[in-house]
Amino acid sequence: MIDIQNITKVYNTKNGKLTAVDNVSLSINKGEIYGIIGYSGAGKSTMIRLLNGLEKPTTGSVVVGGQDIAKASGAKLREARQKISMIFQHFNLLWSRTVEENIAFPLEIAGVSKADREKRVEELIELVGLKGRGKAYPSQLSGGQKQRVGIARALANNPEVLLCDEATSALDPETTDSILELLLDINKNIGLTIVLITHEMHVIRKICNRVAVMEAGKVVEQGDVLQVFQHPQAPITKNFVSQASGETPETQASLEQIFANYPGGKIAKLIFAGATTEQPVISQMIKQFDVVVNIVHGKISNTTGGSFGTLFIHINGEPNAVAEALSFLAKQEIQTEVIEHV
Amino acid sequence: MFNQLFPNVDWGKMLDATYETIYMTAVATVITFILGILIGIVLFLTSDNQLWANKIVHFLTGSLVNIFRSIPFIVLIILLIPFTKFLLGTIRGANAALPALIIGAAPFYARMVLIALREIDKGVIEAARSMGAKTSTIIWKVLIPESLPALISGITVTAVALVGYTAMAGIIGAGGLGNLAFLDGFQRNRTDVTLMATVLILVVVFIIQYIGDFITARVDKR
Repeated sequence: MIDIQNITKVYNTKNGKLTAVDNVSLSINKGEIYGIIGYSGAGKSTMIRLLNGLEKPTTGSVVVGGQDIAKASGAKLREARQKISMIFQHFNLLWSRTVEENIAFPLEIAGVSKADREKRVEELIELVGLKGRGKAYPSQLSGGQKQRVGIARALANNPEVLLCDEATSALDPETTDSILELLLDINKNIGLTIVLITHEMHVIRKICNRVAVMEAGKVVEQGDVLQVFQHPQAPITKNFVSQASGETPETQASLEQIFANYPGGKIAKLIFAGATTEQPVISQMIKQFDVVVNIVHGKISNTTGGSFGTLFIHINGEPNAVAEALSFLAKQEIQTEVIEHV
Repeated sequence: MFNQLFPNVDWGKMLDATYETIYMTAVATVITFILGILIGIVLFLTSDNQLWANKIVHFLTGSLVNIFRSIPFIVLIILLIPFTKFLLGTIRGANAALPALIIGAAPFYARMVLIALREIDKGVIEAARSMGAKTSTIIWKVLIPESLPALISGITVTAVALVGYTAMAGIIGAGGLGNLAFLDGFQRNRTDVTLMATVLILVVVFIIQYIGDFITARVDKR
């Protein structure tokens, strides 16, 4: 669907040349949700804008749906853009138009007749769950509702690709999840290819099939989301992974507390990935071995490719039983790490 | 009682003069609105990182605007006498004031249009481009509607300034309340005529401001 070959984007600034995207090659399949993660300034905003020609690469080629976006211009580029729509961090709705009129805007651009516009707008309002709000102005909507309008507007011309530019970064966690669910539904129901950029691992974990990690204009790591999660290679990826697994300074504090309270036993860090999370591993362990288990800290979430998370547990009992329990865990599809005293 | 307070006021003349002032202001405002938006959009779109980014056109348009904005209006009228004569065949009457009024006000308003357009969220323009909008669509469906409250309040300020300009134009023979205040009031030493003309100018200004504020509030959905 999308094929990016060796693209580089250099800006000429007052302080000399700035390389925003540095020799990146990616290929994104039809119907998948592809995430690009990076901190601000990593070049991901430029990257996503290269996909619909809002930015032109200095060198390299960007082919979307068989069309070379980097070379297209004028009417050809405008036509291509109707099939590559975009949603934004700050929604970018026209405040002067109602919800209905905002959604109708891309249809006006595409030259759709008034009757057909009205029909399509009604469908879209229904699809994104904004029934009854059609006559409202954006200023009367919450952030989540505004993004729903943004999504409806982006879907108006039946695009093949949806680009999401930090689409949930301005929303609270709950609203973020509801918007991500909506994107996931759309992806499943109409097979839309979605490319999103974000700085939140949570977003990647929740809906992406594959991910690319960007740093200083380069893609430092890419692959299946679970793969990247389980075996992060680059330091920046490890950072994102620990951010996502919910390890915080509090984790450290509660571990220290446990060490102080229970001098015996062992603390194990269990890293769940994929199907194993569905199995009652811990309760099996307690049944088979004479140990007591205390959950210290944990976070497990479901992703499109299975479940992922970390769990810190304290296992106590006879040293033999504890050792057997740990070797039982090691045999499961779980990565186990015994944490020694800090 | 009114006639005792204003013994020298010829009400028929006063009414004609008020009508002339309103006529000059209205016509000049309408043309300034169109011309100012046109120049303002050119200034905006030719500035850096915009759709028509073009340093030369931007510089030339900007310079022209600055030149006409800097010339004191009374001087501008005199400088434009040959032009007006060529255009209309006369330099007297309400119509003869129009070229100077428009050339004086349009650059002033164009600057306000530029400010209004710069206030538009860049993201909205980017969104329109991402949908495949043509520049003309962006102008008509994004730039103008999204800056409309500022465009209206700007033209209100300009229209009020134009009332003042018509009074100045009146002094060199364009008619209107300024002309009446100067010829009948000042030169014949009839203070009551000057006063009455002032009151009527105030009324015109207040009405313009009221209408402007009303429309601005109506179009602003933010």
